[in-house]
Amino acid sequence: MITFTEPTEQDIRNEKLYADMGLTDEEYDKVIGILGREPNYTETGIFSVMWSEHCSYKHSKPFLKQFPTTGDRVLMGPGEGAGVVDIGDNQAVVFKVESHNHPSAVEPYQGAATGVGGIIRDIVSIGARPIGLLNSLRFGELSEPNNRRLLRGVVAGIGGYGNCIGIPTVSGEVEFDPSYDGNPLVNAMCVGTIDHDKIQKGTARGIGNKVIYVGLKTGRDGIHGATFASEELTDESESKRPSVQIGDPFTGKKLMEATLDAIRQPELVGIQDMGAAGLTSSSAEMAAKGESGIALHLDQVPVREDGITPYEMMLSETQERMLLVVEAGSEDKFLDMFEGYELDSAVIGEVTDTDRLELFFHGEKYADIPVQPLSDEAPVYILEGEAPAQDETPYSYADQDLNKVFDALIGHPTHGSKRYIYEQYDNQVGANTVQKSGFGSGVVRVEGTDKAIAMAIDGKSRYVYADPLNGGKEAVAQTFRSIISTGALPLAMTDCLNYGSPEKPEIYHQLEASTRGMAEACEMLSTPVVSGNVSLYNESKGTILPTPVIGMVGLIEDVNFMAGVEISAGDALYLVGETTKSFAGSQIEKLIDNEIRKQARHIDLELEYARGMDLRGRLIDGEVKRITPVGRGGIAIKLAQLSAFHRLGVDVEVDLDGEDLFAENASRYIVIAPAGLDIKDGTEIGRLTDEGFHIGTHDLTIDRSIDAISNTWEGAIPQCMTSTD
Amino acid sequence: MKFAVVKFPGSNCDRDMLNAAIKAGGEAEYVDYRETSLEGYDGVLIPGGFSFGDYLRSGAMASVAPITRAIKEAASAGRPVLGVCNGFQILTEIGLLPGALIFNDTHTFISRNEVLTITNNETAFTSGYEKGESVVFPVAHGEGHYYCDDETYETLAANDRIVLTYHDNPNGSRADIAGIVNEAGNVFGLMPHPERALESLLGSDDGMRLFEKMNDWEANHDYIH
Repeated sequence: MITFTEPTEQDIRNEKLYADMGLTDEEYDKVIGILGREPNYTETGIFSVMWSEHCSYKHSKPFLKQFPTTGDRVLMGPGEGAGVVDIGDNQAVVFKVESHNHPSAVEPYQGAATGVGGIIRDIVSIGARPIGLLNSLRFGELSEPNNRRLLRGVVAGIGGYGNCIGIPTVSGEVEFDPSYDGNPLVNAMCVGTIDHDKIQKGTARGIGNKVIYVGLKTGRDGIHGATFASEELTDESESKRPSVQIGDPFTGKKLMEATLDAIRQPELVGIQDMGAAGLTSSSAEMAAKGESGIALHLDQVPVREDGITPYEMMLSETQERMLLVVEAGSEDKFLDMFEGYELDSAVIGEVTDTDRLELFFHGEKYADIPVQPLSDEAPVYILEGEAPAQDETPYSYADQDLNKVFDALIGHPTHGSKRYIYEQYDNQVGANTVQKSGFGSGVVRVEGTDKAIAMAIDGKSRYVYADPLNGGKEAVAQTFRSIISTGALPLAMTDCLNYGSPEKPEIYHQLEASTRGMAEACEMLSTPVVSGNVSLYNESKGTILPTPVIGMVGLIEDVNFMAGVEISAGDALYLVGETTKSFAGSQIEKLIDNEIRKQARHIDLELEYARGMDLRGRLIDGEVKRITPVGRGGIAIKLAQLSAFHRLGVDVEVDLDGEDLFAENASRYIVIAPAGLDIKDGTEIGRLTDEGFHIGTHDLTIDRSIDAISNTWEGAIPQCMTSTD
Repeated sequence: MKFAVVKFPGSNCDRDMLNAAIKAGGEAEYVDYRETSLEGYDGVLIPGGFSFGDYLRSGAMASVAPITRAIKEAASAGRPVLGVCNGFQILTEIGLLPGALIFNDTHTFISRNEVLTITNNETAFTSGYEKGESVVFPVAHGEGHYYCDDETYETLAANDRIVLTYHDNPNGSRADIAGIVNEAGNVFGLMPHPERALESLLGSDDGMRLFEKMNDWEANHDYIH
């Protein structure tokens, strides 16, 4: 028999070793209550990862319950690897967003790469073929060398994985703000398509059915990754580098193809990705969903080196692995198939009727845990939030040099062209990309049909900070506008909640109020939440801004309407929606005041929906050529972006004060269309031209050449990245 | 024409290449890299991707794959062989085309639509284009800088084997080279992706004529110098 030098049950209790793994005294006592004895080392590790915030949502569960999760088209909501939504003709779209913030802070390339790999496997484990990737990124300002290093590493990592595996990265968004200094956010979203009858669940049923492991051999990488992801980042976080997993997109590609082959086999019972908490969460969750037990023989697990203990095997987060349950007797068929893909695979256990997770290694039992309490009885913490005092000081930027503000904003990396980033991502592999990164949502045609899926991702953290309730609504509404702007019908959404420590009352309030706002918006905009992820404890030098990131998909019934639409000089510009002095959380506020006043933001969701649907109809009918939401930086920045992107001039007069050009009211669009249209709540404000950029207001004019606008916009990120650090 | 789309582990443009050949009116089937024969196929398409993960060096591992001997035999028998992106890298690694593809000058992956010039339309691959015509194909590569020594370059130039060049060189390739043919004119390697340029809805349909001419190889073949 092989023995390992591991702490005993008594050591764990007396030296509080469970605390090092992230369990509190109360949680440890609860474990003892469940087991009826003190847990051993392996069991303590298993409970600690399963009950980590990352796996158990112990601080966020009550908030997630507010979200509407059902709808006519929803085929599968939260709880599985990803959500599934009907798109007609027996087809469905499968999607989810997930964070990889903590690993990316410590090791940007691998952190981001494995974030992409993990979300792809979530989609594939449902049985869907991925058709598009998106990402939402947050960094501190690029004037800091460390933030440049993080941007370089994260972008290279996303590209390194996504390009190799051959899924186009078709859209994304990025914002730079000092609150993300040293704590970047890396949220990756994957969208796939599937036939209804192929949808798989991660379940372990059928006593005697076999558990198969396939993919990379298990190593010691990523041990306690889920626990690490549930802590604040500190100076010691660098020492958690071994908690960061290593991506292998080549194996990921083989595993993806092998998995899509496996799901076509009738003998497959269930399948789940080995993601956070690896073998532990995949086996425990599958057993819990199947209401059965699982016995694993860990000596059968393919390992990278000798001497890996059961504890390490169960907690390893080695990438590119899947766990399958197959009908007894069919295991050789699967093993042979995986052999054909040159992947390691093995039968490592079976489904039992014990309702327990039992781990054996060389004849010895290393863990014996009842499955349901492990999976479902993680403690839930309901804390007290505290709303901060509201700031009622009125805004006035009339005295500022607003021409200077304009130049500073278009030249800021948040508003400038993201070409530096998206040109590092293969955005056309698969030959179905109708609209790629650069200006709005991605649009990917469903292979062999005229249908297309619009996909967008967005977050509005400054608004959420200013007014968590309405900011939460706006985060959803902004993404809705992006989908509407492609002509797609918004179907459903996924969310990634990136916040600081919920143990701080103000952060708890942000979580509580913003998720309430999001839930209301989902209801009113008919976009139920079908999947999601939570990342708390995003604290490094300070707390990050509350950053709920929304991923949304929409359906375009016939994408051919997008062919041949040309934007040209002479087209009229319309501003749709009301502009007031809405500056809370705005970019001009960031630039001038360098703070966010906690002031109310306003959004009318009923109006939002009606306006969106009206404009969408006009776009599909060909009445208007393009619609684009007005976002960060207001009208001035949107017009500058349009001018630079299309390399056309703009000649616009608005009946507004100069500062209002930078106001950030919700529910506004710029529409490009022939002149003389009557658009509800819309005003014709000018034309696209062949030369010159001009905006006139009551008290301010902005005049630039197209070249000046384009160069500032195009250079915003590259000019920061030219240094050799 | 019946084409073999050679599939290596890590190929990821295999489906796009298969669809392109079929769309142009041909037949196409996947052939696994562990096969040793390309008997029964009239032409060979080597798709883009990251064969063997690009580990060691892009295209390097493919040179010792079992199918490689059959690809060489097909080339020497005069059948058309097209290598795109990773396929071009493989063609240089297995010695069917001279030179090498090295890291882009920027040392970053580059993905964008690129304007290219058809510098030689007297090959059986490019006879559907005008000489000097500008076309748009997407590029998507990290190692697309075409490198060769002076002697090779002079040979290529003197024999009109440089078929495709970049307008706005994205990767530092010598003399803006984007694609070259072998001496016999039946092996064509290029970094840009014509198989992603088959429909104006997706940004360009300039790649279609390449696949149509390949599918019409016998009639076209007089072009071979």
